[in-house]
Amino acid sequence: MALLDIQNLVVEFQTASGPFRAVDGVSLHVDEREVLAIVGESGSGKSVSMLAVMGLLPWTAKVTADKMSFGGRDLLKLGPAERRKIVGKDMSMIFQEPMASLNPCFAVGFQIEEVLRFHMGMDKTQRRARAIELLQQVGIPEPAERLNSFPHQMSGGQCQRVMIAIAIACNPKLLIADEPTTALDVTIQKQILDLLVSLQAKYGMGLIMITHNMGVVAETADRVIVQYKGRKMEEADVLSLFESPKSNYTRALLSALPENAVGDRLPTVSDMLFEPAPSGASA
Amino acid sequence: MTIVVEGKNIKRDYHVGGGLFRGARTVHAVKGVSFSVEKGKTLAIVGESGCGKSTLARIITLIDPATSGELFIDGNKVDIAKHGLSKEMRRKVQIVFQNPYGSLNPRQKIGDVLGEPLLINTDKSAEERRDLAMKMLKKVGLGPEHYNRYPHMFSGGQRQRIAIARALMLNPSLLVLDEPVSALDLSVQAQVLNLLADLQDEFQLTYVFISHDLSVVRYIADDVMVMYFGEAVEYGSREAVFSDPKHAYTKTLFAATPRADVASIKARLAKKKAA
Repeated sequence: MALLDIQNLVVEFQTASGPFRAVDGVSLHVDEREVLAIVGESGSGKSVSMLAVMGLLPWTAKVTADKMSFGGRDLLKLGPAERRKIVGKDMSMIFQEPMASLNPCFAVGFQIEEVLRFHMGMDKTQRRARAIELLQQVGIPEPAERLNSFPHQMSGGQCQRVMIAIAIACNPKLLIADEPTTALDVTIQKQILDLLVSLQAKYGMGLIMITHNMGVVAETADRVIVQYKGRKMEEADVLSLFESPKSNYTRALLSALPENAVGDRLPTVSDMLFEPAPSGASA
Repeated sequence: MTIVVEGKNIKRDYHVGGGLFRGARTVHAVKGVSFSVEKGKTLAIVGESGCGKSTLARIITLIDPATSGELFIDGNKVDIAKHGLSKEMRRKVQIVFQNPYGSLNPRQKIGDVLGEPLLINTDKSAEERRDLAMKMLKKVGLGPEHYNRYPHMFSGGQRQRIAIARALMLNPSLLVLDEPVSALDLSVQAQVLNLLADLQDEFQLTYVFISHDLSVVRYIADDVMVMYFGEAVEYGSREAVFSDPKHAYTKTLFAATPRADVASIKARLAKKKAA
């Protein structure tokens, strides 16, 4: 059975100019031990759909779905208190801007231990030991000393490692990574991606990778969903997506990669996509 | 070919003032870098954050003076620390910054954004400035209807077009592009790169293109310089650097760049199955 199963997810925001549909009928599922990548440009609703799963959207958002279940539990029927017990424990998320998503007022050790206190009910010594173990796992040197560092004393890559440590602290079944490497350099990006994939394999987590970088998709994913303007354009395993993309939009995205440039000009998405035909193009 | 910009052994130190608990120290941000770019060509500077590539960009753009070394623009030696910056030099060199959300004043209309360089550096009348701004809007793929709008009404790609238009208002010969596409989506990135290529052909522009994305560099650059901790560890033509990287850091950089071709996906999946 799928770990996360979503059928026909719709997210609407109430705006001054009427409701705006950010996610329009997306269905997806993730199994255990699987890496799913969701690709799309900004505004394609890829982050919003995952925030809906996490229950992190503001009150102006209206989330409806035919089905939204996680590990056999119906997320739509859960109350806020019940949901908070799942979010951060069985299902956790890594955000795009590591510097911005850590609290600058607290040492990173405190922020890691906070999750452990809330979800695992560990005492002080257990928490500290586990926090050191976590920092070691994500590859931060001298973890015991680093627990007392504040986010501003660490580099972007190290902050992202701390975020990952917080996310995997309670051995989640599902890890959602929302553009985990966009703010980072290529060499650091490589390290973070390797870390995520190795942790995923080690603990058998389901991993959802939200990104707009086709290179990241190629390096990590098993299966890929391509989203455009809130709709799912294509779903395929990673090899067939790159080998023989079905939808026009995917083809356009792939040809816009600078390494695929033919001659002097890069084909752009609008060159190839005369009309976004979501109904015909969705696989 | 005429050389538009040339740097000889450029160094830049920053003095970090000491406080109550720590002494003053000196950071060597750029440690003796030399380069030259011919007219109409593109030099790409690659490196990780903190390697001094943006400091070098600020020196070339005549924002910061170099601590030592010589900088020549169109064959003339420039030293803004001694002689200040003349309006003529400002017209020759312009810059486009990384983040189009931060580099445009949110309270300034696009027309004023484009007119301001002319207002400061030339004595053109308001009408002339308006005409030139309208023309430039068209050049970068926007329309006259955008003249009276504010930056928040534009998408990231459009804002970057506006930033490029602003930089081109004074007909510079040298344009420094500090990670101009790294904040943009793949599809928009392609449009902006195409625009830059078109503009380069049309105005015979010289680019200094700063990036950490090697696939973009491979597409746009003629020459490539790889920087690491303030030093140029590799400098040569694009073909030479990409086909035969010499320095260990350049090799690391290539190895870290994600590959999106079918062969490497196959290799990865096979490896995963075996594990």
